[in-house]
Amino acid sequence: MKSDQKRAHELAARAARAAAALPPLATRRFVAATTMHLGSLGRRRKGSGDEFWQIRAAREGDPRRLIDWRRSARADTHFVREMELTAPGRVLFWADKSASMSFSSGKYRSKADRARLIVLATAMLLDRAEEHFGLFEGAEAPGTGRARLERMALELLSSDENEYGMPPLPSLASGILVYVSDFLGPWQSIANAVKSASAAGLYGALVQVLDPEEQSFPYAGRTEFRSMNGSIRFETLGARGLREQYLASLERRKADVAALAKNAGWRSMFHGTADSASSAVAALHRVLADGK
Amino acid sequence: MLQIGLIGFTTPIVLFGLLALPFIWRLLRAVPPPAARRHFPPVALLVGLQDAERLPDTSPLWLRLLRICAVGLAILGLAGPVFNAQDQADQDSGVPALVLIDGGWASSADWEQRLNKAEEVLEELGRSGRVASFALIADQKAFGVEFRGADDWQAELSGLSPMPWEPDFKGVSAGVEAGLPTKLDSFWISDGLQSDDKSELARLLAERGNVTVYESGAAVMALRRPEREAGSARVRVSRSSVEGEAVALIDAFGSDASGIERRLETATAEFADQDAEAVAEFSLPTEVLNRISRFELRNPRSAGAVILAADSVSRKKVALLERDGTDGASALLSPYHYLRQALETKVELISISSGNNLSTNPDVVISADTPILSRQETESLFKWLNDGGVLIRFAGPRLAAETAMRDVEDPLLPVRIRPGLTAVGGALSWERPKRIAPFRKVSPFFGLEVPSDVEIRTQVLAQPGPELSDRVIAELNDGTPLATAKAVGQGRVVLFHISADAEWSNLPLSGLFVDILERLAIASKSNQDALPADAEKLDWTLDQRVTAFGEVRTADGVTTMPGERIARLTSSRDVPPGLYSSGPVSTAVHVIEETRELKPAEWPAEISRRGFAFLGTIQAAGLILALAALMFAADIVATLRLTGAAFGFRTAMLAVAFIFAFGAERGSADDAFAIAATGETTIAYVLTGDAETDRMSAAGLAGLAAVLRVRTAVEIADSAPIDIEHDELVFFPLIYWPVTPSHAELSVETFERVNEYMRNGGMILFDTKDSDVGGFQIGTDNSDALRRMGEHLEIPALERLRQGHLLSRSYYLLSEFPGRHSGAVWVEASVETGSPQTPWASGTKNDGVTPVVVGGNDWAAAWAVGKDAAALFPGGQGETGESRRENALRFGVNLVMLALTGSYKSAQFHSDAILERLGS
Repeated sequence: MKSDQKRAHELAARAARAAAALPPLATRRFVAATTMHLGSLGRRRKGSGDEFWQIRAAREGDPRRLIDWRRSARADTHFVREMELTAPGRVLFWADKSASMSFSSGKYRSKADRARLIVLATAMLLDRAEEHFGLFEGAEAPGTGRARLERMALELLSSDENEYGMPPLPSLASGILVYVSDFLGPWQSIANAVKSASAAGLYGALVQVLDPEEQSFPYAGRTEFRSMNGSIRFETLGARGLREQYLASLERRKADVAALAKNAGWRSMFHGTADSASSAVAALHRVLADGK
Repeated sequence: MLQIGLIGFTTPIVLFGLLALPFIWRLLRAVPPPAARRHFPPVALLVGLQDAERLPDTSPLWLRLLRICAVGLAILGLAGPVFNAQDQADQDSGVPALVLIDGGWASSADWEQRLNKAEEVLEELGRSGRVASFALIADQKAFGVEFRGADDWQAELSGLSPMPWEPDFKGVSAGVEAGLPTKLDSFWISDGLQSDDKSELARLLAERGNVTVYESGAAVMALRRPEREAGSARVRVSRSSVEGEAVALIDAFGSDASGIERRLETATAEFADQDAEAVAEFSLPTEVLNRISRFELRNPRSAGAVILAADSVSRKKVALLERDGTDGASALLSPYHYLRQALETKVELISISSGNNLSTNPDVVISADTPILSRQETESLFKWLNDGGVLIRFAGPRLAAETAMRDVEDPLLPVRIRPGLTAVGGALSWERPKRIAPFRKVSPFFGLEVPSDVEIRTQVLAQPGPELSDRVIAELNDGTPLATAKAVGQGRVVLFHISADAEWSNLPLSGLFVDILERLAIASKSNQDALPADAEKLDWTLDQRVTAFGEVRTADGVTTMPGERIARLTSSRDVPPGLYSSGPVSTAVHVIEETRELKPAEWPAEISRRGFAFLGTIQAAGLILALAALMFAADIVATLRLTGAAFGFRTAMLAVAFIFAFGAERGSADDAFAIAATGETTIAYVLTGDAETDRMSAAGLAGLAAVLRVRTAVEIADSAPIDIEHDELVFFPLIYWPVTPSHAELSVETFERVNEYMRNGGMILFDTKDSDVGGFQIGTDNSDALRRMGEHLEIPALERLRQGHLLSRSYYLLSEFPGRHSGAVWVEASVETGSPQTPWASGTKNDGVTPVVVGGNDWAAAWAVGKDAAALFPGGQGETGESRRENALRFGVNLVMLALTGSYKSAQFHSDAILERLGS
């Protein structure tokens, strides 16, 4: 138990580093009839909303696009127009915990670790913008706050026995879904999940995480490949000869993922564990951020 | 048996297996390596793909080579290879064999090797089923012949040791002629020294059959009797081989100023190429030279490498200068009466009437207020002094009167005398008689106890002068000289400013007078080489004996020797080497004759000679099979690696890396050691090599450290093990040293470092752990080891630790100092201070803190706690045991306190006296 706490702290520290260079993440709003908050109540504080809240002097670090140029023109300093927070954006994460994600070729940490890192770092950015976030399969409804982050870090550390991860179906009526997985499992279940979420009018992003060895297939000789739990085996007499075919097969899977996202109006991105986690977080930030 | 060159095979038929190798090669080629197993999540993507290459992969070439070599070696090993196989053909198993070891003093340097060689030879003979006889030549009274199975003899080898004399080849030669079969093969393990008898024996044996001689080839070295010259002693070293340059280190041992035996000086003798002899010169003050009791060659050790310096080989001749019938007084009133009494038993006393008559060549001349009259007499004495004589003069009324008239310095007096006498303490005087001040370090009398009842009532005084203070060798408590001395040429003249009779003082009545005279007489030159003329008629007793390994031991039991045997001064079977005495005369019997030349042995041409290093037959089967097994193991690791089980390979690499790293790490390990030792205050314990003892030391110091942390302000780390041979000692305030016999064999350099440590304020607790067995005085192995260590260590004079000593008051007030046992504990003897508050103080060195604490109470066991902080050993039965453990811990606390605070505690302890002194 104690070691879990420790690992959670360590994970949080690394996530904080990965997120450090990025601004708070206020999610974009989608105009979709089903997700409209009718008569939403002003929450009497600044935030992302459509109602004017206040004008304040610009501080260092404020993005230029927030500056109210008309107000600023009447004075010597710059001013920023802030809106009243109406409803927070909600982001639901799914970090694949299956056995497949626990693979690592040795040089880098496992894919699961990278997935957790990306999720937690993004959640931190959301927390800074006071957006709500949560986990699929999580015990709690989406929320915000430091304590929530810490609980999330703990939850993320769990893993399950499944060979491959099956993206869960969303229980949300509105919000953004982020699936982080290697998307190597049975294609049908992946496609189903995304399609039904999209059909429910949800926006989302697919982050495919792969290990460098999975991308390069640097094997030779007689080899028996097995899945992490050993349920699927494949033996070859000359692994080197399989390389071209495998790489083609992998490219197809990547293309499938991209196509799936595109068809659903979602975004997809690919991330190798050899790259830094912050690059993935930054990419995710771009995809999710309020485009205003 | 198949023989190819030096290699033979016992079962050559197995070698046909080698023919199968090409076939095995094909087989290995055909067997593909097992599939590597990999976890690979995208395996789902692979399913359904078609293999491009369908041909089975072959093993890599290097793996095949490795395997074929392993198989080849296994076949070779099974064939029973024997390296350096003896030519069994010309060794007729019917011929009996004779195995000889010289076993004299020259064999002791590599005795183990010689025994091993003998064992090897006997084993070889046993293998071919031959009968043999065996003899240690030096131990053979009359050579008897007994032929047994060769393996029978092996059991008897282990108990053999070399003898400290020359082997008796003649006896064996006689035996060979008398009782040995005419056909006989001999194996002779020789010490490599030439002698005629040896050649004769070799010739006899060669007539009877093959003779094989084994020699180490190492040079044999021996010391010769020392020669004394003024201010130096020269020791010649001979060596048997003249090849190359060499340096021999020679130690001189003797008692130091406080009478403890220790190494006094080390000198080197350098051999140039082709030198058979070199000289080591000890340039030391005469007093020190006279204390030398033996010289030892450091390497190689043997009985020949020790020479006992019998400085009193002949009795010193002391002449009393007496004018005939000077005043007709009776013998009892003669000023020489007390001198005679003091010297009679120790030296040869003669009486001379005039300084002219020195033809008897005395070593010392004593004049008790006898005036030296003529110029001629003065000159003759002066010349004799220049040649190394010692003139001892006592003052008296005549001397006082005579010098009063002179105004130039008398060459036969060390100082100028002021006219007149000084008398004190008489009936009409207020002054009290004077006493003798303690002797200073530079004085030849240093270390002698001054009795408190010696009073000086009258004396002659010296004219003050710049040179006076250098010449005073003893003084009175008011600073006036009691005795003065001056060097004249190689000799000296000593003046006692009092008379030799009991008129002026009662010194001649005290024991001190005897000691003083003895010191002076011994300090004179001596005539080393001569035995007293009547030596052959005396009976001699062995005092110290020298073992074949060059150790000097106190002789056990009384061995009385008729004089004619001693007269040769060379050891033999009947006369073991050592120091013999007969009454006051003593003489050393050395292991080699003075005229004996050390030369490499010459052997007849038909004798085959071998060294030790080239061992005989080697049964190589085990070795080769082991190598094959190793290669199979390598094959397993390699195969594992090929199949992806990387751990095997990595572990192996780690092991290899570790092995290499370990060698390279030593340098930085020293730093790490220093950092660990100084990071916290640490008490060290000396590793003994005995796991149980070491564990106990660690547990004991940990227990003590825990108690210190709880009860005192001292925070010390648990403990640090040190390797006394290699580790730096200077970091530790206190070292716990459980003594085991192995410690007595430490190198001289190690002892030197330990001495250095003790000199510079270190403290060592020697624990022999045997108080319950022997007490400190009765020998167990451990205390015996400590005693032998003491020969090398500068352990000061000890006294029994008693209540009131600083160690009993440095933290707790203690009256006993137990460990698991409760025997006596010894510390450096304290020095009397004369102050009533603190009647004594711990020694003067090291801030008054004793450098050693010696005992056998097994403190570590009493202190020892286990992991759960519970005591490991009962201190004794029930309540008593607990209180004893408590006292043991308190002793430990006091000890650490003393080691850490030193003179501070001492100062506190003496604070009353100090305050009083400051106040007054």
